[in-house]
Amino acid sequence: MGIPYSYSFRNLWTRRLTTILTASGMALVVFVFAVTMMLAEGLRKTLIDTGSYDNVVVIRKGAGSEVQSGVERSQASIVAGQPEVAIGEGGLSLLAKELVVLINLPKRISNKPANVVIRGVGPVSLALRPQVKLVLGRMPRPGSAEVIAGKNVAERFQGGGPGETLRFGMRNWTVVGVFDAGNTGFNSEIWGDVDQLMQAFRRPVYSSVIFRLRDSSGFDSVRERIEHDPRLSLEAKRETRFYADQSEAMTKFLRILGITLTIIFSLGAVIGAMITMYAAVANRTTEIGTLRALGFMRSSILAAFILESLFLGLLGGMVGLFFASFMQLVTISTMNWQTFAELAFGFNLTFEIAWKSLLFSLFMGFAGGLLPAARAAGMNIVAALRST
Amino acid sequence: MNSTVIRPPIVRIRNLTKSYQRGNQNIPVLMDIDFDIADGEFLALMGPSGSGKSTLLNLIAGIDKADTGQIVIGGVDIALLTEAELARWRSTNVGFIFQFYNLIPVLTAFENVELPLLLTALSRKERCEHVETVLRLVNLEERMDHYPSQLSGGQQQRVAIARAIITDPTILVADEPTGDLDRLSAEDILTFIDRLNREFGKTVIMVTHDPRAAEKAHLVRHLEKGVLSDN
Ligand SMILES: Nc1ncnc2c1ncn2[C@@H]1O[C@H](COP(=O)(O)OP(=O)(O)OP(=O)(O)O)[C@@H](O)[C@H]1O
Ligand SMILES: [Mg+2]
Repeated sequence: MGIPYSYSFRNLWTRRLTTILTASGMALVVFVFAVTMMLAEGLRKTLIDTGSYDNVVVIRKGAGSEVQSGVERSQASIVAGQPEVAIGEGGLSLLAKELVVLINLPKRISNKPANVVIRGVGPVSLALRPQVKLVLGRMPRPGSAEVIAGKNVAERFQGGGPGETLRFGMRNWTVVGVFDAGNTGFNSEIWGDVDQLMQAFRRPVYSSVIFRLRDSSGFDSVRERIEHDPRLSLEAKRETRFYADQSEAMTKFLRILGITLTIIFSLGAVIGAMITMYAAVANRTTEIGTLRALGFMRSSILAAFILESLFLGLLGGMVGLFFASFMQLVTISTMNWQTFAELAFGFNLTFEIAWKSLLFSLFMGFAGGLLPAARAAGMNIVAALRST
Repeated sequence: MNSTVIRPPIVRIRNLTKSYQRGNQNIPVLMDIDFDIADGEFLALMGPSGSGKSTLLNLIAGIDKADTGQIVIGGVDIALLTEAELARWRSTNVGFIFQFYNLIPVLTAFENVELPLLLTALSRKERCEHVETVLRLVNLEERMDHYPSQLSGGQQQRVAIARAIITDPTILVADEPTGDLDRLSAEDILTFIDRLNREFGKTVIMVTHDPRAAEKAHLVRHLEKGVLSDN
């Protein structure tokens, strides 16, 4: 058995102030690390939850997003004729030809314009998205200048609330309902009749075709057929995949940003821990000499000081993670990288982020403690005892 | 002061020399020391400051290395041991008593005394029994949960004595054990050391400046400029 754990632990407690200050430095780093990872995760989750696995999104080949896509009416009809498209109640195809347009609308509080997605929808668009629910009012009547607004639009944009009027496409539109799309990107959209919106925006083509698969396993064959049809030059993706691809650039950016910041900050925190631990070793030189005289090995001394530094790191990690967990209560609204529309999402703390944060804090503790511990272990017994 | 019983020497020192390097200067500290310490002896080492008393004690205790010569303790030539073997040897054969007690501030009296037992195979329960026994011996069983800062100098030195004898070592080395204590506490500590020697037969090697302390010893040796002289 070596030097008891309580020795390392109580020494940290004895110099509480230094311990707290040093741990705070590491806590800050872990906080930054955890929060950016949580943000990336929150964004990814929001966008992935936006899609359903059994839905297929068809857009122009290489378009990347619905905004950049265009699907001719004739092409849309060919897609609609595919045998894999599911048939719903009343013999209606579960397929929607949709239009996606980006416009600017002023925000309620700041009066500053921000991007909003206008989606022209068909009769089954709502049924295709089980995560979208009408919570207030009714659906727009086909052929009318009526729209429904996502929860975020209704709350944050002027004229977005129920009964209010929005102006875009050189027309006035009455908001007749509000829908809640849970934690998904649809909350930042306005939905109206696709034909009315195509007229208003003078768009001759759809943006995308979305349909439900009759059988989930039919995806590969329908994709094969659509992508190899010489008349089409379209691509088909599962809806989950489609939104995950959209989030990729942003989450990657956030992760790289988070890791870069973390590495820079952690250098400071590690140096801080190192200074603290060197001071601890210097203050306890006689003690180290005594322990060695009593028969404890150099390795025991090394372990005791590294353990002390690991405790310090873990303490910082737990504090940082504790504060980071509160960020789950915060909702951030930002631009969607692909559509440049308002997108609201949260910080999502996962188990993986938690253990990675703690592991990282332990690593900082280890890096900060290694050299001081090596100095402690390398001391000559008589010289250490004479330092009284 | 001669003990009547003849016993084989527990410490045999032959041709011991030790010097320190200061810069490129060689400072001889101990010169050709030759002497034996009988088992059960209570020896006091005296001499002026800088004469090499602590150095000699450290060599006997196995925390310093001699330049040349032999130190055989209980039949073991400690110069031949590796660092790890020497550490293990110290933990079972040497009890240390320091001038400034050298207790670990963050450990209680109990835990300080228990420390050397952590290097043995004893169970927690056995360790506990041992610690309580020796703390009772130094009259500190009531204080075992106190931290060193909550104890007087004399009490701290008694805890240190308990720590020194907990593994039942072959020799006790004490470097000015009363040097930091008032007269009464010093008297008290010396009584304990004397008792350990007399009742438990411990071999004690004590460095001291204090003639009163030396009086307790059976034998006093003087060190002068690295040379040992008889009384
Ligand atoms: N690590 C070292 N490096 C250089 N010189 C040393 C070292 N240790 C001891 N010395 C020298 O060796 C000599 C003897 O030292 P030592 O500590 O043994 O003396 P001492 O008899 O115990 O003196 P004191 O009564 O003051 O404690 C001194 O001159 C000292 O300066
Ligand atoms: Mg000395």
